[in-house]
Amino acid sequence: MDKAKITISNLNLYYGKQHILKEINTIIPERQITVIMGPSGCGKTTLMKSLNRLTDLNPDIKVSGSIMIDGRDILSTHDDITKIRKMMGLLAQRPYPLPMSIYNNIAYGLRISGRKKKRFLDKRVEHYLRQVNLWEEVKDRLRDPAGALSIGQQQRLCLARGLAVDPEIILADEPTSALDPISSQTIEEKFNELKSHYTIVLVTHILRQARRIADYVIFMYLGEIIEQGPAKEFFENPKEEITRNYLKGAFY
Amino acid sequence: MDLRKTEEWFFRVLMFLSTMVIAVSLFMIIFSVLYSGLPHLTWEMISSVPKGGFYFGKEGGILNAIIGSLYLSLGATLLAFLLGLPLALFLNVHLIRYRKLVNGVRFVMDLLWGVPSIVYGAFGFTIMVFFGIRASLLAGIITVTLFIIPIMVRGMDEVLKSVPRGLLESSLSLGSTRSETAYRVYLKQSIPGVITAVLLSFGRAIGDAASILFTTGYTDYIPTSLSQPTATLPLAIFFQLSSPIPEVRERAYAAAVILMIIILIISISSRFFSKKYHKNKINF
Repeated sequence: MDKAKITISNLNLYYGKQHILKEINTIIPERQITVIMGPSGCGKTTLMKSLNRLTDLNPDIKVSGSIMIDGRDILSTHDDITKIRKMMGLLAQRPYPLPMSIYNNIAYGLRISGRKKKRFLDKRVEHYLRQVNLWEEVKDRLRDPAGALSIGQQQRLCLARGLAVDPEIILADEPTSALDPISSQTIEEKFNELKSHYTIVLVTHILRQARRIADYVIFMYLGEIIEQGPAKEFFENPKEEITRNYLKGAFY
Repeated sequence: MDLRKTEEWFFRVLMFLSTMVIAVSLFMIIFSVLYSGLPHLTWEMISSVPKGGFYFGKEGGILNAIIGSLYLSLGATLLAFLLGLPLALFLNVHLIRYRKLVNGVRFVMDLLWGVPSIVYGAFGFTIMVFFGIRASLLAGIITVTLFIIPIMVRGMDEVLKSVPRGLLESSLSLGSTRSETAYRVYLKQSIPGVITAVLLSFGRAIGDAASILFTTGYTDYIPTSLSQPTATLPLAIFFQLSSPIPEVRERAYAAAVILMIIILIISISSRFFSKKYHKNKINF
């Protein structure tokens, strides 16, 4: 087994009286693509959002247990929450570009962490836009509003924006569900390249996507982890009945 | 003729009639103001202060009221903006976990919005008496500020409320603090609506008579400091329209036209500016 980047132990999450996540125990290996899979409403997005504590924003959510990242429990830490969040880039179900120019979308994260020199910013913006294959498409209109880009371009911009703050982990919540097949493929290819530097957590309900890029799979059903393991093993030799049915497409 | 057709015909006629009633009465207001005011809108009227007292003097114009109104409403709008913007952002970004508190504040603001402006005037007057301040531009600005804050805050709040949660999550994930999210992301996304809220408040500030009746007083002169009383357009209408002297009444009509033109300019510029600053807004 590879080194664990994130270790989740006895994680329980309640939304009001509803028990959303039940006794989650798992690890997320470093510099691999971990796919969290399962039918709609199984808690996979919630599990991902508790990793960077976006669950804090909802007063009805109560979390217990521990999430250790590099040996530090982010649920009970007194460290600055912005630092924890900055460690993880987020790619949402649909792109949420910031209401500013393409250039400033990338520069924003750098500026708020104190990097304000124009020459430095210019270089970084180009670097990250190239990294997501967006540079050639936008280099002549960096000052245009980000909202003018196509959805596929916006999602790549959001990926670049997340990378620009130098995270260690990328959290992606069905990042291709709003995208056309070409843009989806670009995102998947990027993930395959990026995993040599980043730990990637991908939530998806697209079985074929999971088969294509997963290194490690966590399969959830009704708030519980049913089965988890290295992708090859998981897909070729699933142990649980529910998993086998899901993989056969018997439900969902 | 079957029933559905009759029904359709009935509602068409009803809608046509109500549209006509609204349109005709609106045009009649505008027409009557222009009809009685435009002939008196001379250069002297808008460039000089009244001579021989605003209530008796036959000479002079309403420059005192024009300048006074602009001072008063610009001052109040600025003050209300400086207080209202942080409050609206605070409600929508920092207090996002405290839904009950936020809804409570919204409810209070809605109540205050509904309070008649004469009550604000009376409140302002009580405060003045308590602190021993005389009717002045400053007292008027403070009273009008209180009067327009609910309008300003709720106006901004409605646009800030519609910023999607995903944008908040994105901004926080980049390591932004709540305040950075508020001022650099929420505000940018909501600029057109914020401008509309400011201009709407300015329109209310410049058009209101009751809140300043006791608090700003009325004079023939253009104020040179915050502690002096000042004339205003709504009170220029109120005081001079009741005069037995026709020349004085002319000043009231001219003031009404000026007030209407200012409101018109505000409405048009509100549309213009919200289009102009629409550029970076993301349409989710």
